[in-house]
Amino acid sequence: MSQAVLDLAALGMDRGAHLLVKRALEHVSVGSSVLVRGDDAALAVHLRAWTRSQGHGFEDTANGCRVIRGDAEVGRWRGSERAGGLTSTGVVERPALSWGLSARGAQVEAGAPEFDFDLVHKDEVWTDDAARIYAAAAANQWDPETAIDWTAPMEHPEEVEDAVVQVMTYLIENEMAALLVPARFLARIHPHFREVLQVLSVQMADEARHIEVFTRRATLNRGELGLSTTGGQTSLKTLFDEPDFALATFLLSVLGEGSFLDLLWFLEQYAPDPITRQVAKMAAQDEARHVAFGMAHLARHVDLDPGLLGRLADAIERRHSELQHTAGLNEEVFDSLILLAAGSWSPQAIADGWDKVLELKSRMDRGRQVRLGRLGFSSNESDRLSGLHTRNFM
Amino acid sequence: MKTFTLGAVAYDPKVVTIWEGFKTWFAENDFDFDFVLYSNYERQVEGHFLGEYDVAWNSPLAWVQLERIAAAKGRKVHGFCMRDTDQDLTSLVVVRSDSAIQSLSDLAGKRVAVGAPDSPQATLIPLLLLHEAGVEAEIQVHDKLFGKHGDHVGGERDAAKALMAGEADAACMIDGNHLVFSAEGTLPSGSTRVLAQTAPYDHCIFAALDDVDSDVLARFRSLLLAQQYSDPSVRHLLDLEGLKEWRDGRLEGFVQLNEAVDKLTFSGAETVRQFISATGVA
Repeated sequence: MSQAVLDLAALGMDRGAHLLVKRALEHVSVGSSVLVRGDDAALAVHLRAWTRSQGHGFEDTANGCRVIRGDAEVGRWRGSERAGGLTSTGVVERPALSWGLSARGAQVEAGAPEFDFDLVHKDEVWTDDAARIYAAAAANQWDPETAIDWTAPMEHPEEVEDAVVQVMTYLIENEMAALLVPARFLARIHPHFREVLQVLSVQMADEARHIEVFTRRATLNRGELGLSTTGGQTSLKTLFDEPDFALATFLLSVLGEGSFLDLLWFLEQYAPDPITRQVAKMAAQDEARHVAFGMAHLARHVDLDPGLLGRLADAIERRHSELQHTAGLNEEVFDSLILLAAGSWSPQAIADGWDKVLELKSRMDRGRQVRLGRLGFSSNESDRLSGLHTRNFM
Repeated sequence: MKTFTLGAVAYDPKVVTIWEGFKTWFAENDFDFDFVLYSNYERQVEGHFLGEYDVAWNSPLAWVQLERIAAAKGRKVHGFCMRDTDQDLTSLVVVRSDSAIQSLSDLAGKRVAVGAPDSPQATLIPLLLLHEAGVEAEIQVHDKLFGKHGDHVGGERDAAKALMAGEADAACMIDGNHLVFSAEGTLPSGSTRVLAQTAPYDHCIFAALDDVDSDVLARFRSLLLAQQYSDPSVRHLLDLEGLKEWRDGRLEGFVQLNEAVDKLTFSGAETVRQFISATGVA
C-alpha cells in the first residue's frame, strides 16, 4: 500500500492542523502511517509533542514527519453505546444512570460517572403526549406586558377591589406551589425523558408568569396584598411535601390545577373588571396544558400499573386526614369570591354571587369526578374521592 | 502478604484522585495496594531508603538522585515501567520571532527564562544545551519552589510570559508546552522561534530498591502493563495521569539529565548535588 501523505502548507499544529492530521489518520489502519509535511517552522516540534499525547507514533525523517496511527482513539469508543433513540420511539424503559446528561440518541463513552437520578422508569414519568404538549406550550407563551391591556378602565366599588386583591393574594400563593412542586422533581427525573423535563420547565415558566400578572393586578390600585392563612398554607404544604412524583402530580395537576382551572374560568366570567378577566383567561389557557400533561402521564402509568389507582386514592385520603381539622379555604377568600361575583353589596347581588360560587364548587367537583373517572376510578369512587379533596381547591 | 505501597509526590490535588483510583482498580484485581504521598521528591527519595514504601513513582531527577544515593550506599535500584508519554520528550530554547538571536552562542550574556530550579525539562536539560555550546547566560528562574522537579507547569508558563513581555531574551520549555502555549495564545502563533531543541530524553519512571519481593514487584508490573485504554474502569485514571499505555521502563533516556547534574554550574544543579552527597552516606 502506498504511503499516505498530508501536506499542511503553512498551517501549524498551534492553529488547527491537528484536525487535518486526525482526518488523515482515520483513513489509515492502526499501525500504518501518514507522512506529514508543511512549511510551519515548528511543525516537527509540535507534531512530536502532539502524537505523543495522542498515543500515536512519531518519526522525524528527511521526507517529513511520519505519524504512525495508535489504537487509543479506537479503544476509547469500545463499549460505548447509543443512549436510546432520537425521537420518542427511542425512549427506553430504564435509561442507564451513566448516560447522565447526554442527549438522547448520543453515542455515550463507557465509564462515564453515574448520576443520582431517582425517577428513571419510563412508567413513572412518560407520556407520548409530552412532545406535543411542550410544543403547544412553547408556541403559546405570552408577554404579560402586551397580552394584558393594563390601562383598561375599572369602575367597580372600592370594596369589590379589596375582594379582587384578596383573591389575587390567594392565587399567588397557590401558583407558587404549582411552580415549586414540579421544580422539586425536575432534577430527579432522568434527562433521557427530555420532553417531560421540557414540559415541566415551561410549566414552571407559566407559573412564574402567572405570579407576575396576579401580583401586578393586585397592586394596580393597592399598596398592600391581602391575607394568607394557616389553613391555606397547611393545605399547600401537604402538596409541597409529597415525595412521590405520581402522587404529587395527581394532587397538583389532576385535582388541584384541575379545580383551579374552573376557578380561573369563573374569574374570567365574573370578575368586575376587564384586566382581572384577562389575566384569569390567559392563566387558564396555560393551566389547561398542565392538567393535560398530568392526566396523560398518569393515565399511562395506571394503564401499566393498575395498582397505582389504590395509591392515588390513599394519597387523597391521607391528605384529607391531615387537613380535616383545618379550615381549608379561608373565609376571606370565599367571601371575596362571592362579593367579586356579586359586584355590589345589594342583597340581590350577594344572593347571585353566592349562587355563582356554589355553582363553581359544584363544577369543580364534577370536573374532578370526570378526571378521576378517566384515570380508571369507578363512578362511586370518583364521587367519594372528589369529596375528600382539600377545601383550599389546590 | 503485606500491603504493597507506592510513594508519590503530591504536586497537584489530582494526585490523590489518581492513586485512590488505581488503589481501587488494583483491589478489584486482587492486588493489595496502597500509597503514601510526599510534598517533595527529596522527602520521597529519603523515605525510600527508610523503607517507608516499596516502589516510587519518580520524576527523572528523583530517579537520578535515587540511583546515585543507592550507589553510595551500596544498594541496587531497579527502574521499571513508564508512561508512553514519558518517552522521547524534547525541550526547546525559544526566542521571539523578531529577535536578532540566531544561535545558542548569541545567548551569551542574555537573559534566559527557565522553570523551577530542579525541573529537568524546563531548566536542567535545556541549560545543558547552553553549557555544551559554551554559553554563559543570565538564568531567570520562574518557579522558586524546590522539590516538585517542575511537575507543575506554572514555572514554564511564567517563563514563556517573561519572554513575550520582553523581560527575557529566551525561554526554555518542553515541546508539548510550546504547542500548548502557542495554541492558547500565551505565545501567539508565529510569535516565537525555536532556537534549539534537545535530543529526546525520558521522564518519569517507577523505581524499586533491592529489598522488594521480586514476585510481588513482577505482579505489580504486569498489572500496570495490562491496563488498557479501552477499559472504561481505568481510562479516566490514565487520562488524569496523562498516558495511553504503560511501557517497560528504560534507563538510556536519562543520559542528558545525568550530565546536567554533573556539569552545570547553575545553582539548581548545585543544590541537587548537595542533596545527593548529603543523603548518599553509606
